[in-house]
Amino acid sequence: MISLEGIHKHYTSDSRRLHVLKGVNLSIDDGEMVSIMGSSGSGKSTLLNILGLLDTYDHGAYQLGDTVISAGLSEAKAAQLRNRFIGFVFQSFNLLPFKSALENVALPLYYQKIGRKARNYRAEKLLDMVGLGERTKNMPNELSGGQKQRVAIARALITDPRMILADEPTGALDSATTDDVMTVFKEVHRTGKTIVIVTHEHDIAEQTERLILLKDGQVERE
Amino acid sequence: MSLDALQEVWFTLNQNRLRTFLTAFGVFWGIFMLVLLLGVGQGLKNGIEQSFSSDVRTSMWISSNKTSLPYRGLPQGRHIKLQESDVDFLKNQFPEINIIAAEEPLGSNFRADIYVTYGQHSGSFSVLGAGANYFKIKKSQNYHYGRRLNDLDEADARKVVVIGTKVAERLFGNEYNPIGHQIAINGVSVKIVGVFYDSGWEGRMSERIYMPLAAFQKTFGKGQNIGSIAVVPHSDVDNVALSERILGMLKERHKISPQDNTALRLFDLAKETEEINNTFTGIGLFLWFVGLGTLMAGIVGISNIMIISVKERTREIGIRKALGAHPRQIIYTILSESLLVTLIAGYVGLVLSVGLLELYNWMTNEYGIELPYFSHPEVDVHIAIVALLILVCVGTVAGLVPAWQAARISPIEAMREET
Ligand SMILES: Nc1ncnc2c1ncn2[C@@H]1O[C@H](COP(=O)(O)OP(=O)(O)OP(=O)(O)O)[C@@H](O)[C@H]1O
Ligand SMILES: [Mg+2]
Repeated sequence: MISLEGIHKHYTSDSRRLHVLKGVNLSIDDGEMVSIMGSSGSGKSTLLNILGLLDTYDHGAYQLGDTVISAGLSEAKAAQLRNRFIGFVFQSFNLLPFKSALENVALPLYYQKIGRKARNYRAEKLLDMVGLGERTKNMPNELSGGQKQRVAIARALITDPRMILADEPTGALDSATTDDVMTVFKEVHRTGKTIVIVTHEHDIAEQTERLILLKDGQVERE
Repeated sequence: MSLDALQEVWFTLNQNRLRTFLTAFGVFWGIFMLVLLLGVGQGLKNGIEQSFSSDVRTSMWISSNKTSLPYRGLPQGRHIKLQESDVDFLKNQFPEINIIAAEEPLGSNFRADIYVTYGQHSGSFSVLGAGANYFKIKKSQNYHYGRRLNDLDEADARKVVVIGTKVAERLFGNEYNPIGHQIAINGVSVKIVGVFYDSGWEGRMSERIYMPLAAFQKTFGKGQNIGSIAVVPHSDVDNVALSERILGMLKERHKISPQDNTALRLFDLAKETEEINNTFTGIGLFLWFVGLGTLMAGIVGISNIMIISVKERTREIGIRKALGAHPRQIIYTILSESLLVTLIAGYVGLVLSVGLLELYNWMTNEYGIELPYFSHPEVDVHIAIVALLILVCVGTVAGLVPAWQAARISPIEAMREET
């Protein structure tokens, strides 16, 4: 289970203080598939980054499974937890352009010091699962947007994380490929993974079990 | 470093070959120049050492000239002649003296002006009478044939000579063993018992012929005059102090003003050697300085290129971190990249520069071209090891700043950057 209590986050840019999250309370059960919506600038990405340990929060409490995530979590510790528990999928895919689909998928395991053979074996299986068994050798620029996002999902899954965090995963895709990607997410969900998807599209939100609406830095409605 | 990590590093380096090449070239050039300069320095040093004569390095050579000051009613411009008795006198006066010996030239002191013949062949060479113990001072003469002159030759006043290699070449040709043959010096026939090589004056000391002093004096009608006296002190003696006292005594004996600096000349080989050595230590330091400077430029170059490279790769590094790369792993990767480039480039530089020096040595051996005062440039093993250690430090230092910057990249900001 993931729980956030009274999470605050502010940014300071050009000496202007921007209070983005003003006491977010939220809990997500293991194996749940939820979506987060809210107007642009409402702090969805900020929230997701805090959930994903890419960013720290000012105060409040965050518990990730058995682990208490303190406000001042060190980068090193965060990296470790990220690598073990969390998989990311981004709107802009964030594949490394000079690595093949297979190598991109296998990369997180490199940081777990898992051997190349074992890495590639698991990467191949996952690419198969997302329907790209034939495209393992392709470079990202040889893949369509939907295919890239499926590679990214495979990459997010390779460490067998507890949860997948996706920030507008279909934001750059047309409706047909959006469906492909959502199908993959639902499949992953069926294997018991927690999935959090930030989106602007009601269609997407409707395909999840629960919708969390962010407004004025707080959870307005669940 | 694991093979896997090495592959990963190699892969990134291969990503941008031009950048990698430019990075590598700075270090390559630095090491190449450093080793080459050090090799050249060693070559200069070897060259100078070779041009030292075969004399014992602590020897002092005393010769006489005209007085420049009047003294006790004697006029200036008086010719001073050292005598054979001076040798015995000094030996008795100074227990500090280990070896003392005399030499007397037949013609002028430093010119090869004595006509010597063997059959149809002839040439002009220096001919000297060499007193007892003389060859203990010419210690490092290299005998190609035969033997040195010895005490018996001197005691029996034998009409035998040792000749330098240049003399032998001129009179007998290159490969011929002249031992036992008679040559004529100013028409007087003498027997050759040895052929030597003396590296002094770039080998011109090998244009000499030595004869036992006793026989020399008899044969050529010389008196007791002595051209030079060579003195080798015991090893714990201060050459400078001793030379002052010897000169003082000799000046008194020959009625020379104590202030007269020209009547007696003393050439202290130890002092000369030391001065030359100091000069070469200086040149050596300078070469290190220049070489290390070049290397430093290489470091700064690498560091700069790596910093740019890290900037360009901000997004990539951010993604890697989001996927769980530990900051330590990022530092490790960047340092590895820097180190790998440095090591490979440095190694190539080392091999090429040593190769170039060896090529020079091979060419001089094969074709016999020698530069003056330059011989056998080389780098010894411990300099190569030092260079290698420097390389490792260079690689690490060069990677430090960029690695630090890379480790501090925030994944969110990196990924927000437009691609
Ligand atoms: N690093 C930062 N420094 C300063 N301000 C920031 C930073 N990151 C986000 N913000 C600001 O915080 C607010 C929330 O940003 P966030 O990216 O979380 O919004 P969002 O809900 O994801 O919006 P969108 O739907 O457009 O992606 C915005 O006003 C944004 O400008
Ligand atoms: Mg956003």
